[in-house]
Order: sequence, then structure tokens, then C-alpha cells
Amino acid sequence: MQKITRDILVEKAVSLLENGTVCCVLGWKKGEFDYDVTPALFESKEEIEKDFVYDDFCGANFSKYLVKKTIKAEGKILVFLKPCDTYSFNQLLTEHRFDREKVYAIGIPCEGMADINKIRAIAGDGISEIKCGEKIVVDTIYGDKHEIDAKDVLLERCINCKSKKHVNYDELLGDEGEVIESNRFDEVARLEAMTPDERFAFWQNELSRCIRCNACRDVCPACTCEKCVFDNPKSGVENKAPANEFEEKMFHIIRAFHVAGRCTDCGECSRVCPQHIPLHLLNRKFIKDIDSFYGEYQAGAEVGSRAPLVNYTTNDLEPSEVFEGRGE
Amino acid sequence: MQRIGVFVCWCGSNIAGTVDVVAVAEALKKEPGVVFSANYQYMCSQAGQDLIKNAIKEHNLTGIVVCSCSPRMHEATFRKTAAAAGLNPYMVEIANIREQCSWVHKEMPIGTEKAIILGKAAVAKVNLNTPLVPGESPVTKRALVIGGGIAGIQTALDIADAGFEVDIVEKKPTIGGKMAQLDKTFPTLDCAACILTPKMVDVAQNEKIRIFSYSEVTDVKGFVGNFDVTIKKKARYVKEELCTGCGACTEKCPMKKVPNDFNLNMDTKRAIYIPFAQAVPKVATIDPDYCNMLKNGKCGVCSKVCAAGAIDYTQKDEFIEEKYGAIVVATGFNPISMDKFDEFAYNQSKDVITSLEFERLTNAAGPTAGKLLRPSDHKHPEKIVFVQCVGSRCDACNEKGKEYCSKICCMYTAKHAMLTRDKYPDTEVYVFYIDVRTPGKNFDEFYRRAVEEYGVHYIKGMVGKVVPEGDKLIVQASDLLDNKQLKIEADLVVLAAAIEPDKSARPLATLLTASMDTNDFFTEAHPKLRPVESPTAGVFLSGACQGPKDIPETVAQAGAAASKVIGLLAKDKLTGNPCVAHSNEMMCNGCSSCERVCPYGAITYEDKEFRMPDRTTLMRRIAVVNPAVCQGCGCCTVACPSGAMDLKGFASEQIIAEVDAICK
Amino acid sequence: MQVKEYKPLIVAFCCNWCSYAGADLAGNNRLNYPADVKIIRVPCSCRVNPMFVLRAFQRGADGVILCGCHPGDCHYTSGNYYTRRRMALLFSMLDYLCIERERTRVEWVSAAEGAKFAATMNDFAEKVAALGENKRLEDLRCKK
Repeated sequence: MQKITRDILVEKAVSLLENGTVCCVLGWKKGEFDYDVTPALFESKEEIEKDFVYDDFCGANFSKYLVKKTIKAEGKILVFLKPCDTYSFNQLLTEHRFDREKVYAIGIPCEGMADINKIRAIAGDGISEIKCGEKIVVDTIYGDKHEIDAKDVLLERCINCKSKKHVNYDELLGDEGEVIESNRFDEVARLEAMTPDERFAFWQNELSRCIRCNACRDVCPACTCEKCVFDNPKSGVENKAPANEFEEKMFHIIRAFHVAGRCTDCGECSRVCPQHIPLHLLNRKFIKDIDSFYGEYQAGAEVGSRAPLVNYTTNDLEPSEVFEGRGE
Repeated sequence: MQRIGVFVCWCGSNIAGTVDVVAVAEALKKEPGVVFSANYQYMCSQAGQDLIKNAIKEHNLTGIVVCSCSPRMHEATFRKTAAAAGLNPYMVEIANIREQCSWVHKEMPIGTEKAIILGKAAVAKVNLNTPLVPGESPVTKRALVIGGGIAGIQTALDIADAGFEVDIVEKKPTIGGKMAQLDKTFPTLDCAACILTPKMVDVAQNEKIRIFSYSEVTDVKGFVGNFDVTIKKKARYVKEELCTGCGACTEKCPMKKVPNDFNLNMDTKRAIYIPFAQAVPKVATIDPDYCNMLKNGKCGVCSKVCAAGAIDYTQKDEFIEEKYGAIVVATGFNPISMDKFDEFAYNQSKDVITSLEFERLTNAAGPTAGKLLRPSDHKHPEKIVFVQCVGSRCDACNEKGKEYCSKICCMYTAKHAMLTRDKYPDTEVYVFYIDVRTPGKNFDEFYRRAVEEYGVHYIKGMVGKVVPEGDKLIVQASDLLDNKQLKIEADLVVLAAAIEPDKSARPLATLLTASMDTNDFFTEAHPKLRPVESPTAGVFLSGACQGPKDIPETVAQAGAAASKVIGLLAKDKLTGNPCVAHSNEMMCNGCSSCERVCPYGAITYEDKEFRMPDRTTLMRRIAVVNPAVCQGCGCCTVACPSGAMDLKGFASEQIIAEVDAICK
Repeated sequence: MQVKEYKPLIVAFCCNWCSYAGADLAGNNRLNYPADVKIIRVPCSCRVNPMFVLRAFQRGADGVILCGCHPGDCHYTSGNYYTRRRMALLFSMLDYLCIERERTRVEWVSAAEGAKFAATMNDFAEKVAALGENKRLEDLRCKK
């Protein structure tokens, strides 16, 4: 359950809208079902009061939306940012992707968001209603009722939350959080420790499910290119239909490489993947390697920091040394 | 669709011996775009080139592939050939079937097969080539020299001599640099002032040269041929144009206890001062840290005694903006601080001095008027120990010193030892060394004279410790050749401190986007073949800012840098390399990744208005490559996430086409 | 049944200033290496986009090697330092996805190191040949 309630956010949004501080509000809107909350731009008090939601399904990271929305907006946009979102927010500022002056950022605390797939695993199909509160209460069309502890159905990224600290905001609701010692690299380490054949089988199984829907790219706050290489016939990688395994590998390696050093590990890619591919394990591999090869680096921790792939030292690790001490 | 001609060279039997050239020509004829294919014994010969020219004209070729030796050998030749036939020279591609095929493979079928594949790759590339035209930019015919030591002076004189205007920016109140502080110069022992000050006067009198003394460069924009530089003229509180340099003020100023940095603080000067008698410009400067008038408004003596009315306590820093075509860095060196070398007791005893301090002590214009007297009690030293390599040639892990050899210390120590023995034959002189390095004209002869004729005791070994005891300095050292420990009671110890680049060099390098090594020496464009140029076009290196150097070497390099500058300024327009990066503004995110990896500072950003399909307009930040600055490495093309950045002549599409052709 | 001898296909990206010249020197000195190695000239190793490496694998290359100037000797002062980072990370990722690590390599070869160039190519070709065909990477649609 979230510490901060919808009503507080609505009140805040309405007052800022009405006193002219902001011209519109980027928030979460009810979807068709209780769990498919979607990002939306609210322009009036009425809209906000009618549709604004904030509950355990508000995982969406709004940072990326600012790239397009700030260009058109007449005044400031109010955006609500969870701690992990602020890292993406900073990374986009580092890359000059939007004008900070056109944003009013409110940091909101986050107790972790719920993973609908985990709820489905408990409650089964046919979910008709979900109420978020002390417990998550799920009703199904078959008349079943389940009471689930929110802690048991957290998104993977929230279980391994790296920071409760807001690294950028104009106003903070609640207390200042801290960077957390997380175990987010454990799973990567487990994969690294596998035999090559096991690991090959793992990835073959995962990546072969990819349907190239591009959801991971479309949601990724690091993927804000005016034109994506995968949409550019001249880039040499634009093939869209999956034909065999390497096609997916190529897509995911290139995507991970393109965001390497810029990925804040917000976990949106894995959250939205309809095939449930653990895409964060690719990005985290790069982050883990960067940390161990070039020193710890958290993308988005500071505005203006120099990403590891646009930086070097004269005594960096040689590619031939990458596998030293990692027997096979 | 391109109309491509393929020309397979036999290179006598060099290629034809291992590659079936006829088969290669036949096979490549079938490649897309190829409309003509021929083979010939020597394509680079006049007849071979004529064959190419005729084919271009006859078959209206839009691109050619020459299967021959390495492009490093004859790419330029065949580009000229193509140009002579009216074809854009960048529509030529070379398939290297000699060095990288016929010479390394022995069997004909293997060599032929590989030659065909290499040819196919070249054809695939040419199919995507576009004609390229080198960009042109004008040249501002004026040079800036940063640093007014002997390096900067010589560079400026040489450039001015060729008829170009030069400005020297010197941060001290006078030009002259380190050389002005020296006494005699090795290996000829002529006095430094006697050979330097006439050059300083030449600079002052040269109509083409302007001196900005007591000034610093604070901003550099632009690129080769077109630099916009901001120079800060620090307030010296004296009107330069009025001051006659009579020196009345420097005698009457009541503030007498100002450390005299020109004499390395071994004596004092006044708060208004002229660094030394032959200073250029010979203009007084007020030290605001000591002047009572400037600090608390009480005094004004200098103003009263100045007949010329040159004193101006209200003077402010002045910023001057100027355009230059070329910039020469001549920021020089300094001895390193001895603070970390406690073992030599430099901070404990006044009689432990550095070699540069020794220069001042023996200099007739120095604090002792040239008499060699100990700083502590002004007694004549009877035993002097010189320690070489203090802070030079240190271990990488030793944070006190430098890894490199400072190069000049062996010679100046020999000079000091010799001069001491010459003037004071009663003084015993010891020199401790690791190696004596004297590789210069008449250098070894000079060192041997010090040993053989002047009886200087050269001892191979390092001094372990210097301990002040009473009015003596106990020098503990090892003699490595005799394998014994030595204890010498010395009156004066002279440390040959390592030299390091001036501290102003690092921020300047950032302004110039010029690269530096880990020791803060400027890097050359090529360590052997372009030693006086920085990798940043239009920036040149003169003197010790590039590495330790003695005076003859510095003067030689200064002249070399000048000649490079003259070569640049003599051009009315610069023609660039057309194989440069360019950004597709429709795809550019303006994210700055490319700018961050560019070693030349060739990329800038601008906000550009785009018209959208719905007739609205949109401001977007986009990258702009300056083709005059870009050198075409292509690093930015990979840093760019969207692929907006591409490299002409080596476009992503072209390289992918080559990959595909090879992998087919 | 006649078994066709397996020949690996190796793409070598060489920087114009050092490694390509090193390859030329290997030629001048007639130092043999397998014809399986096909060189693509790039201005600097930093011009090599990881996408090119993957493209080569996708199209059937069995090994990809990048050669550049030694660190510190880059014609463009810093290009190969970026190459070093990019490829260290890319190769680590390829290994993570279980593409045999012997199929990729970065080697610094100066213009004077003809012998090193030939020795590197001999060694690399031998190691790649020992792995056999690149089954895990190639895109079957692209194979004739």
C-alpha cells in the first residue's frame, strides 16, 4: 500500500493547476481494468477529480513523456515522480532531452508497485476488480475473492529497489529517502555462474519468446531517439519480423548496448514485456560490468555526469582481460 | 544506379603470380553496378592510368574500383587519375589484393577467391559512394603565442620575420621567462642575458609583434584559421603607454618587504616593481597584495614621484577580444616543489637550495650580486654537494616525483660545478648522480671537462639524507661504484629538481581542446612525424610545454612551430578533408554524446526551428559538425544512439555493405 | 560422402593508420596468414559500431576481430580508448548470451608490427576454426 494517497496528489495537482503554476498534469489514469492504469495528461480540475488514480499499479515512469509533452506545453507541466523515476528524469536532463524550466516535479514516496502477473498467478484468470489498501483485494468473475499481501506481489524491480531517494524535484511529498544496498545483481551473477550451455539454453528460452512488439523500447526512458535505428532501413538492423533466434538476440543486444551507461535500471522494459522476458537482466549485465570495469556509476544520479561509454581512462581494462579470472 | 568500372592490376607478377587477374576481372563484371572491367600489367603506370581515364570517359563511369596494391600506396594516385577524367576523386575505391592478398597467400585458387571477395566488397562500397567536395574556410593572418619565454619569443620573431602579425600573451609583467633568470648557458657558457635580452628588444621593436604582458588567455572559440580569443589584461595599476620605466617609484615605495619572485624569494622587492633591469616591456607593476594604497587607501608615494603621471590606482582588468589563424602554446615549465622531499631538508635549511636558486645566487643581477654566498649566513661555501634527479625518474608508484627524465639537469649541474670550481678553486664540489646523460652536441665534452679539468667529484649514487647540524649540512650518501657509504659535511646542497609543465597549461589545454599526457605535457599530433603540432588543428607547440627541453632544442622547436604557423597563415583558404562527420538534423537528439567523445571539439549545438507536418514549428537542439575541425575518426558515429551522426567516405551503410559482401 | 573442409570466415576491422598499415607490412614481408581473414579498412577502430560486429555474425562470419593503434598511439589521440570500452562491454555481453568468447577479439597492432599482425591472424583463425561454424549467431535467412 502506498503511503501517499490519491487524494493528496489530486489536491496538490488541482491547487497547482488553479493557481497557474502549471498548465497541465502528467498523472496516472484509470484504464479499462483496475490494474491497467495508464499515463495521461490532465488539463482540468474536472478531469483530475474524475480519472486520476494513484495506487499499487502506478508503475509507469513519466520521465520519457516529458520529452514530447514539454515541447508543446504552454506553461509548466506538473509531473509526479517516484524515486526511481527521478533517475531517468536526471538522465534525460543530462542528454538535453527536455527543458527543466518547463517542468514542475513533485517527488512522491513509493512503497513498491504490484506485479499483475504475480496477482494472476495467485488469483487466476478472470479478475474483475482489484482494490489496493492494507491488503490487495481481488475479485474474479467466478466469484472468488483473494486477499493478498502487497509485499508478496511486488514487481521484480521493486523487490530489488536501488533507491528511495529522489535525486531531482521541485517539491517533495513525504520524507527524503536513502539509496538502498540492493541485491539487484544477484540474478546476473547467477547467470554468469552457469555453464555456457545452461546459459545459452536460458537465453534461448527467454529471447525466443520475443515477438518484436517494441514495447520495451517504446517504454524505455533512455530510448527517446528522434528516429530509432530499428525503424531506419539504412541502419542495417531494421528487420522487424522475427525469423530465428539471432534476430532477437541482435535486437536485444543492440538495444541494451544503446542504453548502456545511460540506463538507470528503472525496470520498465521488463514490466511492460507482454512475453515476460526478463529484459532487465541484459541491462543490469551492462551496469554490473561497468561498475566492475570502470568504477561504480549510477546513470541519472547527477545531471551532467559523463556516461562511462563517452569516457575513458588511459589504463582501462583490455577486452582480452574481460574474462580473466572468470574461468570456463 | 552507379556505373562502375573495375580495374584489376597485375603488378607484374606481384599480384598476377598468385591471383588469376583475368578471373577476378570476369567475376567482378557480374557484380551489381559494374559496367566495365579490365586488367592490366601496371595500373599505376601512365598507360594504366590512361586506360582508366579512357574507360571513365567512354563508359560514363560514375565510380571505379581499382584492385591493386594498398590504398596507402596508390589511393592518391588513382584519385588524381579519376579527377583528371572528370570523376569525383572520392568515387574511387581500392581493393587491396597485393599486400593483403597475393603477398600473404601462396596458392592461386585461394588468392583468386579472396581477391574476388575483396573486389566485391569494394564494388559494394562504391555503389554507395557519393561525390565529396572538401570544404573551405578563410584564414585570419595573425598568430597568437601564449607564453613569452625563449620558446615564445623565438616563435614570435620567426613568424613576424615572415611578415605575419603575432601577439604574445605573457602572464608575468615581462617577457623573458626562465631563461631570463639563468646565469650562464651550457655548453658554451655565454651569459643568458647577453643572448636573450637582445631578442627581447627585437620583439619589443618589431612592428609585427604586440606584447600583452601581465595577461592571460581566458577564452578560446573557433577553429583552425578562425580562432576568437579573449585575453585578460590584468590591472597593473600603471598606464603602460605613459610609464617610462625610469624606476623612481620602485626606489621610493615604502613597502620594502615584498618577496621577490624573480629571485625566487631569496630577497625582497617593493610593492611597485620592475622585475629586472632589462624587462620588456620596461613598465612598473603594482603588487595589489602588498600595496598600501590599494589595500587601505593610504600612501600614494609612487603616484607622487611619477613624473610621467603613469600611476592609476583605479585601473581594472581589461578584456580584449582578438581573432587569430593559429595559436602557439609556449607555456614552459617550472621546477617541482621540494615540499615532499623532506629527506633533503629543503624546508629545514636555507642552505639547501634548488638549481634555479643557485642560478640566481651566481647571477650578477641576483640577490648576492653574483657572489656565491650561502643564503643562511652569507658565508662563502667551501664544500658544495649537488644532488641530481631529485624527483626525476621516480617509480610510477612514488607520488613525490615524476617518472620521466627532466633532461636538462645533468648539463646544468655540470655547468654549475664547473663555474663554481672556475671562480672558487678552493671550493670542493661533489655531484651525486644515477646516470650522467649528455647526448647533445658538445655536451659530453663539456661534462668531461668538468670532471677532468675542473676536478669535480662525480659520485654514482643517490643521496639518502641531508641533516642540518650546526652550520653544516651532513650529507649521507652511497657510492655505488666503490660500494661504500659516504658522509660529507657540506656548506651548501643544491638539488636538481625535476621540471614540470607550468600550472597554467592544464586549463589552457581545456580551452584549446588540445590533448595532454598524464604529466600535463601537451601531446603532439604525432610523436615522431608531427612533433610541433597539437592534434587540434591550428594549435602548435613550442618549448618545454611539450616535454623537457634545453635552450638549443627549445629554439629549434620554436622555429619549427613558427614554420608550421607560417605555412598555415600563408594560405588564403584552408581546404579540409571531405571525409568528415555530419549529423542528420532530422534524426539528431541533441544529447551531447557525440560532443563528449570528439577529440577535436568539432561538434557544437544549436537550437533549430523545425516545421512540422501540421504547420506548427518546433525548436530542437541539434548537433552541428564543423568540417574544418573534424578530422574524420568517426568516434561520434558510434557514440550517437540514433545513428544521426555518420561519416562521409566511411558511412555506416558502406561499411555494412562491405561486411555483407565479405560474408556472402 | 565427401566432407567439405570447414573454412572459417573472419572479418577484421583495421584502422587506417596503424593496423591496416601493419597488415600491409605483413604483406611486404610475405608473412602468411589464412585467406579466411578479410580486412575492412576504417579510419579508426572507434569507427566500428557494435552493430557492424553483430551484422557480420548475423551474415555468417565465424569470428570478428578489431585491430587498432596501441592505446596512447591513436592517430586521433583517443579513439581506441573508446573502442576498448565499447568492445570490452560488447564482448562481455556476447559471452553472457553464450556466443563463444574466442569468436571476438581486439588486438592493438602498430604500423611496424607486420609480424604481430600475421601471428595474431594465424592464432585467431586457428581458434575460430577449432570452434567450428557459428551456429549460435548466424541468421539462417541470410545464408545462401
